[in-house]
Amino acid sequence: MKNTLTVQIEGLKKHFPTGKGHFTALNGINLEIGTGEFAGLVGPSGSGKTTLLNIIGSLDNPSEGTAKVLGHNIGELSITEAALLRRKEMGFIFQTYNLLPVYNVFENVEFPLLLLNMTAAERKKAVHDAVEWVGLTDKLKSRPNQLSGGECQRVAIARAMVKKPSLVLADEPTANLDAENSHHILKTMLKLNEELNTTFLFATHDEKVIQYLKRKIILKDGMIEQDLKNL
Amino acid sequence: MRTIKLALRNLFGAGLRTWLNVFVLSMAFVMIIFFRGFLSGWDHQAKHDMIEWEIGESQFWQETYDPFDPFTLNESHAVIPKQYNQLIEDGKMTPVLITQGTIYPDGRMQSVLLKGISTRNNVIALPTDMLDTEGEEINAIIGTVMAKNSKLKEGDYVVLRWRDVHGTFDAVEIKIAAIFDCDVPSVDAGQIWIPLQSLQQMMGTPNEATILISGVDHAEEAYPAGWIFKSQHDLLSDIEELIKTKSIGGSIMYVILMLLAMLAIFDTQVLSIFRRQREIGTFVALGMTRGEVVRMFTVEGAMHAVLAMIVGAIYGIPLFWFMATKGIAFPVEATQDFGVALADVIYPVFSMMLIFGTSLLVLITTAIVSWIPARKISRMKPTDAIRGKLQ
Repeated sequence: MKNTLTVQIEGLKKHFPTGKGHFTALNGINLEIGTGEFAGLVGPSGSGKTTLLNIIGSLDNPSEGTAKVLGHNIGELSITEAALLRRKEMGFIFQTYNLLPVYNVFENVEFPLLLLNMTAAERKKAVHDAVEWVGLTDKLKSRPNQLSGGECQRVAIARAMVKKPSLVLADEPTANLDAENSHHILKTMLKLNEELNTTFLFATHDEKVIQYLKRKIILKDGMIEQDLKNL
Repeated sequence: MRTIKLALRNLFGAGLRTWLNVFVLSMAFVMIIFFRGFLSGWDHQAKHDMIEWEIGESQFWQETYDPFDPFTLNESHAVIPKQYNQLIEDGKMTPVLITQGTIYPDGRMQSVLLKGISTRNNVIALPTDMLDTEGEEINAIIGTVMAKNSKLKEGDYVVLRWRDVHGTFDAVEIKIAAIFDCDVPSVDAGQIWIPLQSLQQMMGTPNEATILISGVDHAEEAYPAGWIFKSQHDLLSDIEELIKTKSIGGSIMYVILMLLAMLAIFDTQVLSIFRRQREIGTFVALGMTRGEVVRMFTVEGAMHAVLAMIVGAIYGIPLFWFMATKGIAFPVEATQDFGVALADVIYPVFSMMLIFGTSLLVLITTAIVSWIPARKISRMKPTDAIRGKLQ
């Protein structure tokens, strides 16, 4: 396996303006994540894990320092360049699933492929493959409001994985799920990580997720407190 | 293509909300075309009837004749120019002598405009052959409005009083030979038509007329001295002005209808921006550029207009076809009291220009109304949008 860096962060700080001054959400983060890692940003609420995940996902910009993701300096990307980077290279899994409510399962999973201008036949095959990975082939015509929480999150995983991205960012993916569904989903993600060598980065404080992580980056007050790798 | 596909997917996915907006918009769309078509039909019918019953192709007016000044009427007559004798002989020109008179139906006194017209008239649609008489009797024809107002019937006799060119008053009994049905009030209301020769004789103005109604256009000719040429365009200018005024009044209604429909679209779009923030955030997170999102929302809004056209066509085309074929009936009283040429049945005219023009107008307006709230998306922070955080 080629050991290249997917994420390379140096001296990263993020300030948010408040009424009187500013609030520092990230305070000097230095971090490297290699290709194919199954890592997690772990910490309590307010520790800065979602902010860091958003910057890595090019949804936000650093206030200071640099964040290089897949060879792109996030701070230097225009809004359109950032969108194109997400479109081609990244998959997102959200705590609240964020499925498109008026689309059915097939259409939700197909959406990222439409942005990549793939042909209908290519899209169909890729969607069927992705839905098969998460075990939802019998729910293709269902809409999100007809699915359980676990099924919705599996659709979200299929949507994130369908274009076989280099990096998948998952923000509290099991927060709304019961234990059984959480384990099922994490096993699915782990399997995809191993089969496709996709880098997974989680933001979580859920013990169920933490036990699956091969690397735990523990954040506290916007700083990395510990970086634990499973040997 | 991708934008249209996604916009359509969002629209159809929204279900009832979309169809309610589409229906409201289609109603506005159909109403606008209907009102325009109605005015167009009225315009067409009014001009046609005026040409047929009153104007002909062109006219010559004796130079002092002013239809709006009754005091000059007694002086407004002159000898018919010899150059038109042949046209009159051929029935291609009709001289009309006009003066004021008074009738006394059932002992009441009623002012009338007395018009003498050739019984050989072929230029306008008046049934002047009914004026022919074999004896001494003077036959007269009147319109339905006049008949109603004066309570005169076919075969009735009525006393007519007039003043000749020397200022002498005289009276004669005339017979109502026929009552004609005409949509042009200036041919009917307050008018009595009698044979030209009779009136010339009564007035003491042999071979004289006030106006010459021609069945041919004389625009390129030299006009006889003492007569003013009036083209068909000049003579229709009043009705054109009136239709234009009605169109402006109608336009206010279109604007109100359009505003109501646009308000529904705008409201939906604004609501969408707020209610669908998480969705928008997801679009952005999945890699849509802000421009693409704005474009998609604008197309989504504009597609309401396209769907409205389709829905409008489904019930509008049969409705328009029915109205254009059967016409829209007006109560007789309404048409009589209107003061301008208004038929008791109006056939709306729905031209392709009208339909395509209105479609384009609705489409452009809807696109603009959809674009305005969609612009707001470009100012939305994706991290907040994903969480559905109101801004």
